[in-house]
Amino acid sequence: MVTIVADGRDVTVPEGTSVAAALLNFGVEVFRHSVTGQDRGPLCGMGICYECRVTIDDVPHRRGCLVPVAEGLQVRTRTEQIV
Amino acid sequence: MSRAPRRDAIVIGAGIVGAACARALAKEGLQVTILDAAFAGGGTTAAGMGHLVVMDDSPEQLALTALSLELWRALAGQLPRAVELEHCGTIWVGENAAQMDVVLDKQRVYRGVGIESEILDPGGLAELEPQLRSGLAGGLLVPGDAVLYPPVAALCLLDDARMNGAILREHCAVDEIMECAVRCGTETLEAAVVVNAAGAEAGRLTLGLPIVPRKGHLAITDRYPGFVRHQLVELGYLTSAHVMTSESVAFNVQPRATGQVLVGSSREFVGWNRSTNRDVLRKMLERAVEFMPALARMSVVRSWTGVRPATPDKLPLIGQWTPTPGLWIAAGHEGLGITTSLGTASVLVDLILGRPPVIESAAFSPMRVVSSAAAVAH
Repeated sequence: MVTIVADGRDVTVPEGTSVAAALLNFGVEVFRHSVTGQDRGPLCGMGICYECRVTIDDVPHRRGCLVPVAEGLQVRTRTEQIV
Repeated sequence: MSRAPRRDAIVIGAGIVGAACARALAKEGLQVTILDAAFAGGGTTAAGMGHLVVMDDSPEQLALTALSLELWRALAGQLPRAVELEHCGTIWVGENAAQMDVVLDKQRVYRGVGIESEILDPGGLAELEPQLRSGLAGGLLVPGDAVLYPPVAALCLLDDARMNGAILREHCAVDEIMECAVRCGTETLEAAVVVNAAGAEAGRLTLGLPIVPRKGHLAITDRYPGFVRHQLVELGYLTSAHVMTSESVAFNVQPRATGQVLVGSSREFVGWNRSTNRDVLRKMLERAVEFMPALARMSVVRSWTGVRPATPDKLPLIGQWTPTPGLWIAAGHEGLGITTSLGTASVLVDLILGRPPVIESAAFSPMRVVSSAAAVAH
């Protein structure tokens, strides 16, 4: 099992799980906001739709569905500015 | 029996310049029809950065841009949020002592027309824009400059024109301009005043206008709020943009209201070819990274090109085209059409109505650049 830190809380999932799957299993559905403030979350799960973007280890706009979990990974959701 | 509605003026081109002219004419009580070959705000207007900037290449350009900034400020309160008008100011960034000498001249010239500016030392520059690389020589902050989203601004000006009775017809390409009339396919529309505001295409309709397309690339990043706070332009831009050579790039980045960073700029004379030149795009982005190293780790979500309507003497063509009765020109603004749209409309409408424009307008006459032989021929 691997533990990541999502918005300050520990999330423990099996190795090989994507960040997006880990967050969804943990009950997080809103990953980000659109420019106008609409809720957004994973749609395609395969790196195409860009709706699962989160900040991972201080790098913004990483696609959660393409990044496998790693011990201690710091994930932040909903970091976009809303206009 | 219904009578055909009165039509006083036809404006060709619903880009920001045509929109501003149509609005100004309609506000004077003229019945205006605006024609666009495609759709409003979709040409060069949609491809530009939307930097409202006072430029001082020549006294005429300075007068027109300063007037325009004043008009934008006066209009600001009426513009909806969607125009994304941000009074972020411009910082002209200097790399070396020689460029900072230019800054002193620039400040003197700006002061002469009442434009406020502030010289920044390296520390002051770093404080205002911490993402700029260290080792820069300083800059000049022009706080009155602004940015907006050009296609929406054009649509707002058109809305205002329509509130004043103007009619917009999209997908209506003008094939020919005649004496006090235009022909669109088999239809002829008449008006005492015809304004050619077709931007880069204006020279195709009015032969003899010295407008050539000058291609530019832009790229926009994903949202990185707070990364850049002012429109940043390298002072070297003044040489890169104004030397009429074939190809140049300059560091020119802009914060968008969305938190995105708009990255420019490039200039090429390659005719009407609007395809992306990957080599130029790469050089443009590399130049930006030289000034703001952290840009290298950011993602660009889109890049595009557009063609600026360039004239040989760097001034727009605003005024009467005497070879064709009834024809007026408002075109050839190169990279300053968004800024100078309002000033252009002010000057043009005064000329059309026989009033003295608020700034000296002789230098903008489209006839200035035409040899008498060419003028007679058309």
